[in-house]
Amino acid sequence: MSVTDTAKPKTAPGPALIYNPRVRGFVYQALLLAAIAFLFWEAASNAFENLARAKIASGFGFWHNTAGFDISQHLIDYSTTSTYGRAFWVGLLNTLVVAVLGIVFATVLGFIIGIARLSTNWLVARLAAVYVEVIRNLPLLLQLLFWYNAVLKVLPEMRDSLLLPGGGFLNNRGLFLPQPVFKEGVGLVLAALAVAVVVSVAYHFFAKRRQVQTGQQSPVLRVTLALVFGLPLLALLLTGFPVDFLYPEKGRFNIRGGMEVLPEFMALLFGLVIYTAAFIAEVVRAGIMAVPKGQAEAAYSLGLRPGPTLRLVVIPQAMRVIVPPLTSQYLNLTKNSSLAVAIGYPDLVQIFAGTVLNQTGQAVEVVVITMGVYLTISLVTSMLMNLYNRRVALTER
Amino acid sequence: MKRGVLCVALAAFFGVAASAATAQTLNTIKQRGSLNCGSNGTLAGFGLPDAQGRWAGLDVDFCKALAAAIFNDPNKVKFVPLTAKDRFTALQSGEVDVLARNTTWTSSRDTSLGLNFTAVNYYDGQGFLVRKSLKVNSALELNDAAICVQQGTTTELNLADYFRANKMKLKTVTFATADEALKAYDSSRCDAYTTDASGLAGERLRLANTGDHIILPEIISKEPLGPVVRHGDDQWFDVVKWTHYAMITAEELGITRANVDDQAKSDNPDIKRLLGSEGKHGEALGLPNDWAARIIKHVGNYGEAFERNVGQGSALKLSRGINALWNKGGLQYAPPIR
Repeated sequence: MSVTDTAKPKTAPGPALIYNPRVRGFVYQALLLAAIAFLFWEAASNAFENLARAKIASGFGFWHNTAGFDISQHLIDYSTTSTYGRAFWVGLLNTLVVAVLGIVFATVLGFIIGIARLSTNWLVARLAAVYVEVIRNLPLLLQLLFWYNAVLKVLPEMRDSLLLPGGGFLNNRGLFLPQPVFKEGVGLVLAALAVAVVVSVAYHFFAKRRQVQTGQQSPVLRVTLALVFGLPLLALLLTGFPVDFLYPEKGRFNIRGGMEVLPEFMALLFGLVIYTAAFIAEVVRAGIMAVPKGQAEAAYSLGLRPGPTLRLVVIPQAMRVIVPPLTSQYLNLTKNSSLAVAIGYPDLVQIFAGTVLNQTGQAVEVVVITMGVYLTISLVTSMLMNLYNRRVALTER
Repeated sequence: MKRGVLCVALAAFFGVAASAATAQTLNTIKQRGSLNCGSNGTLAGFGLPDAQGRWAGLDVDFCKALAAAIFNDPNKVKFVPLTAKDRFTALQSGEVDVLARNTTWTSSRDTSLGLNFTAVNYYDGQGFLVRKSLKVNSALELNDAAICVQQGTTTELNLADYFRANKMKLKTVTFATADEALKAYDSSRCDAYTTDASGLAGERLRLANTGDHIILPEIISKEPLGPVVRHGDDQWFDVVKWTHYAMITAEELGITRANVDDQAKSDNPDIKRLLGSEGKHGEALGLPNDWAARIIKHVGNYGEAFERNVGQGSALKLSRGINALWNKGGLQYAPPIR
């Protein structure tokens, strides 16, 4: 560039395209993307070519073939004549049920332990600290094996089953409970329950508005309990108990009939809850400690007792810190549930990435599907938690 | 998270990619200087390392025979313990050269898995192990019983078929390894444990009170067990197949570990061909002509391997049964070496 060029800057040619940082950046990113895409395409085509050369079956045709093996826990109809596709859904549901229940219980237990660790009661705080330090420093697989053996060893054998009040049994084959069988008229009871829930929610909003406007509190908890239990009970009485129970009874080898909770399920749920709760407890403790002490002191000086202070002032603010790491713990719990394979619980990995993979030999397809499922579950969990996070996040006014 | 998944996916692709590149298995093994053998690792009589880490068993002896034929040294084998679930992937991906892990020959495994079964080194069938205290005398009385089984086996499928065919209700509890399944049976999670009958004999010895358990008389399936190789390498397929046949032929001709050197002077043309003093049968396999003599010298004939590992010379004390030679009422039969 010569000096004369600067006289008319508007028509001056900019730096050559090759020196334009935006163009450069774009080109580099496009190159990287192309390289990654090429790598993938190459790997995939290579794999399929090799599979074809070794005459290993490929494709998803196996989905509709007969599975031919039995699964100990199935929430949907399944028999040995069902298809591999059906077995996949059975495994997925088994994974989801243990993950959802695990998340609920681990959250409750984790919050209790986390708050207990901050307790002014020396013994309670120390016990919580010991719990956290012991549990989170032992490998989960070891803990699962421990709980499984504990369940099998501690519970009595079939012949000496514990008889539970209400007609259930508990032994090392599982927990057997009476199964409700609904007869005609049960619709009214369900309708009553639905009405009770709707009215309770409405009452909750009414009470809140009343408090904002007049400062008067309403007995929300008592009214809700009365509605949710009272209305269906009333409906039951009116319809003359349209529910029968199918009681489990002792057979020659096993207990027949009724609802069955497998010891593998109990051990897995127990292990996951206990383990994850230790981490959640630390997350909760960190969240609460992140709330400035002045907030609690201000609440006390307004005359609030410790309970309401924690519930109404500290925890809502702590949630902003708690929710993001809590999401990670939920994801961990879901993924850790695949350790079920070690203790014989039929989850997705055991059934699909285990037996189905082995019987069909189609490792690439089965592993890709399994990874896709875990990715989807994790992304959905993250999405829900992010939605919740947006609600509790600090809204600046 | 996403990136982790990608890496795993890539590894899976390349893992499969590596497998087909090993068409010349025998040359690869010679260059490497040792044979990679997929073994059981937990099954007495077939594949189990002892306290000193020395492997023993019928399948182990088969791999030793292969090493003897190739290297003239039965110890040039690396044993890779595999679970029932992982065994085929390990063979497909080239991690092992041969899978000798009491594996049942079925049509779907022989075709759609990209594998070839070479020969049957043990004719087995599936049975049940139960506690004596249950007072069960037949598998047909097991309606509604809980049964522990290992995952990824023909056992798992036969079990479901048997109960379905006999209109009995079944409660299976499935475990990834035989160890876990047996342990669960031992802590009375299940009423019965099922696997191949030879396996039951071995597993029964590992239970606390061996005498409290009995094996039911029913054999509910055909389980021809044998070594497996990958599709696409006919030379290696032949080597593995004829290693088994050489051991059978040796037993048929009465050649043992002890007398193999004397027999080399024999005038019997069958023996001369087997031991390599007549014809070039080893060369055709890509091995030296005394390949069979090496096998017999280091490992012995089939009958010797049988008695030592699962027969009267072992803790299992299984009788030859259908595994006797064809001319002694059994099924073991080798095509002629000529």
